[in-house]
Amino acid sequence: MDITTKNTEAPPPSPQPTEAESKRAARGATRPGDRIFLGLSRGSGILLLVVMAAIAVFLTYRATLAISKDHGNFLTTLEWNTGVNPPTFGIAVLAYGTVISSIIAMVIAVPIAVSIALFLTHYAPRRLSGPISYVIDLLAAVPSIVYGLWGALILVPNLNGLFGWLNDYFGWTGFFSWDEGAPRSMLTVGILLAIMILPIITNVSREVFRQAPLMHQEAALALGATRWEVIRMSVLPFGRSGVISASMLGLGRALGETMAVATVLSPDFLIHLSLLNPGGGTFAQNIASKFGEANEFGRDALIASGLVLFVITLLVNGAARLIIARRKEYSGANA
Amino acid sequence: MAKRIDVSGLTAFYGSHKAIEDISMTVEPRSVTAFIGPSGCGKSTFLRTLNRMHEVTPGGRVEGKVLLDEEDLYGQGIDPVSVRREIGMVFQRPNPFPTMSIFDNVAAGLRLNGGYKKSDLNDIVEKSLKGANLWNEVKDRLNKPGSGLSGGQQQRLCIARAIAVEPKVLLMDEPCSALDPISTLAIEDLIGELKERFTIVIVTHNMQQAARVSDRTAFFNLSAVGQPGRLIEIDDTERIFSNPSVQATEDYISGRFG
Repeated sequence: MDITTKNTEAPPPSPQPTEAESKRAARGATRPGDRIFLGLSRGSGILLLVVMAAIAVFLTYRATLAISKDHGNFLTTLEWNTGVNPPTFGIAVLAYGTVISSIIAMVIAVPIAVSIALFLTHYAPRRLSGPISYVIDLLAAVPSIVYGLWGALILVPNLNGLFGWLNDYFGWTGFFSWDEGAPRSMLTVGILLAIMILPIITNVSREVFRQAPLMHQEAALALGATRWEVIRMSVLPFGRSGVISASMLGLGRALGETMAVATVLSPDFLIHLSLLNPGGGTFAQNIASKFGEANEFGRDALIASGLVLFVITLLVNGAARLIIARRKEYSGANA
Repeated sequence: MAKRIDVSGLTAFYGSHKAIEDISMTVEPRSVTAFIGPSGCGKSTFLRTLNRMHEVTPGGRVEGKVLLDEEDLYGQGIDPVSVRREIGMVFQRPNPFPTMSIFDNVAAGLRLNGGYKKSDLNDIVEKSLKGANLWNEVKDRLNKPGSGLSGGQQQRLCIARAIAVEPKVLLMDEPCSALDPISTLAIEDLIGELKERFTIVIVTHNMQQAARVSDRTAFFNLSAVGQPGRLIEIDDTERIFSNPSVQATEDYISGRFG
């Protein structure tokens, strides 16, 4: 956002006269077509910033109204009572649920998506990879409520076996203990989210792997690398930052997913150690299920929780950028 | 360690297109053999059949025999991966792995084979970089990425990477065509030293280079565009450049070609 704002201001005087001239030539377009296009594109850029600023101001204002009257601690309180006086509500459960369900989704989806992308680009014959890519694109186009219905009607009734098995072998960890309630839990949400973010991670990874330079793959081959070793030595390192970006796109969708979560989860307002027992909640799911019947103050409180989700998403993106930038020296871009 | 290559009746295809036809030749161990010829005559394709890189290209396939000493590289049950571990290759454009440090680039082939101790790796990497005349330039920055080197240094890094696994044969596909004259000279000097230990085959468009570095020279040609390339003659370099036995060779090297 910073960069865009700076670009609209006059640039500092350039030491190189030729550079300054070329900049002026590019900016001060004299032909009508150029002027119109410049106006349109600059206007769109400014409009985006204005809309973003308006949303941020609105969210912050309404959120402040709610938080200032919160009788509990907004960050740690384990309840959400906005209709009573004094109101007591906190986001701890929502933050935990949102993060944990997204982590589950990523743990399941990223390895599968990367494997599919590698299969499509480096193993599958061409006449197979086309149709498979098409089907994956279709998956991305399915509305999330359809995933939610599928999750509630097909996924939930069929999870008893898996949950029982997890409880038998890993129940001692606490995370996988199960009281044989309906499997409408955080793990269910995570599995469903994994299916939903699989297409976008697969597609972006596939495009990145496809661009892996042939000359580095040949270098690995000529050293006597097997196909997997070629991928490990030249394709994966090249695609690393792309896969991280793809995962972040998927994570963004998982963090903000609403309808599918609301459809399969049996929410409550407690933090459960077990991922298998029903309960918990996510920001988006909580907003969706409470917004309809909330009074104005209740809506402000929900907006405040939405603001926290916004901040979490920003932090996640920032972290991803840091990871990518840290190894820029070694990236394939300067080859 | 160096081995003899014996090719007989080799024909290579891209799908249904025949790229080279019926090539037979012998490459002596510890010698440099240069392939020259016009663009599209199949000399690079032929080079890539010698370490089974040709079949990596979709539709690429080969008929005929390539013997490395007594072993047929295209024999039944021969794994192309193990062939490429015996026959190293250096490419036209320097292609060090951009995500690896200089050290890791040289060690890449060794790590594929596995079973080296850290101290062994250090020794072999140093020896290979010295063998590629690069050690003095990079010994202080072995942990820096290889892509930070100049083009000529990158190409010598690729040579170090190829010789680190002690191949029997070293194939070079126009290794200097992307380099400036000084880097080219460094590589040519290096080829002269490497032939003490390896059998070297080099494809080049530069006939002076062929004359400078090689003991034997093979001239390839094609009768028309779309026709398969053929080996016209192979002989001692001196003889090819002074008194070749085929008129087409003389026309080509004296610039009267086409």
